[in-house]
Amino acid sequence: MTGLEIVFLVIAALTISAALMVVTTRYLVHAALWLILALFGVAATFVLLNATFLAVVQVVVYIGAIAVLMIFAIMLTRKVMRDSGPQMNPRWGWAALVGVALFAALAFVFTRSPAAGMTASDLVAGADPVVELGQALVSPNAYVLPFEVASVLLLAAMIGAIYVAWKK
Amino acid sequence: MLSLSWYLIFAAALFSIGLYGVLARKNAIAILMGIELMLNAVNINLVAFWRYGDLGMIAGQAFAVIVFAVAAAEVAVGLALVIAIYRRRETVVADEIDMLKW
Repeated sequence: MTGLEIVFLVIAALTISAALMVVTTRYLVHAALWLILALFGVAATFVLLNATFLAVVQVVVYIGAIAVLMIFAIMLTRKVMRDSGPQMNPRWGWAALVGVALFAALAFVFTRSPAAGMTASDLVAGADPVVELGQALVSPNAYVLPFEVASVLLLAAMIGAIYVAWKK
Repeated sequence: MLSLSWYLIFAAALFSIGLYGVLARKNAIAILMGIELMLNAVNINLVAFWRYGDLGMIAGQAFAVIVFAVAAAEVAVGLALVIAIYRRRETVVADEIDMLKW
């Protein structure tokens, strides 16, 4: 076992147990806090994968914005769901079955596929992935159109969200 | 050395847990949390394939950035809908939100 493997296993175990708590805990505020831990684990995974920019964006956007938005929404709708009564719907056994079956199928495919044994590509000295990502996102030959469409989508979603939640 | 399958299986586990949350939870906000877990699993896969493939092809990371934007849009609209429905119906249980069912 190399050090990298141990670090990966610790992060993966932490993330997966936090994710399990998100979907099973009775208290919704606790679920949101566990979600923050799981999102941190994913950010750490991005660091392991040398995607440093995405790790920072993960912390800023997911934990800083989305998780906080979730906690706001939970607190605004707490009157009816006082964390009493069943939090799972009656068919949760089938849902668990679907989840386990999907994981088994995916794990089977991933371990058999020729790509499974691939090892990480060597980092080229002098080539910074952050610089390359930044250039690709605004280069007309690369992803400037999806990037701009995503910006418009975000703007439309914000206006839509304000309109939907507006008190008439 | 870590091979690609470690990341893929980790992401598959995260995706399956998120799917379970979406299918089993009653509260609409908890369902959105499950969707967030699934989107994160997809992002891990995208970045892992970038890291283990050609590093010059930045598509994996660029797609992940787009997924971030879509996730933010989705959660903003989703939570706005939950709050709007809560105001009219005093409920956030997904099974009870059936105004469109005829």
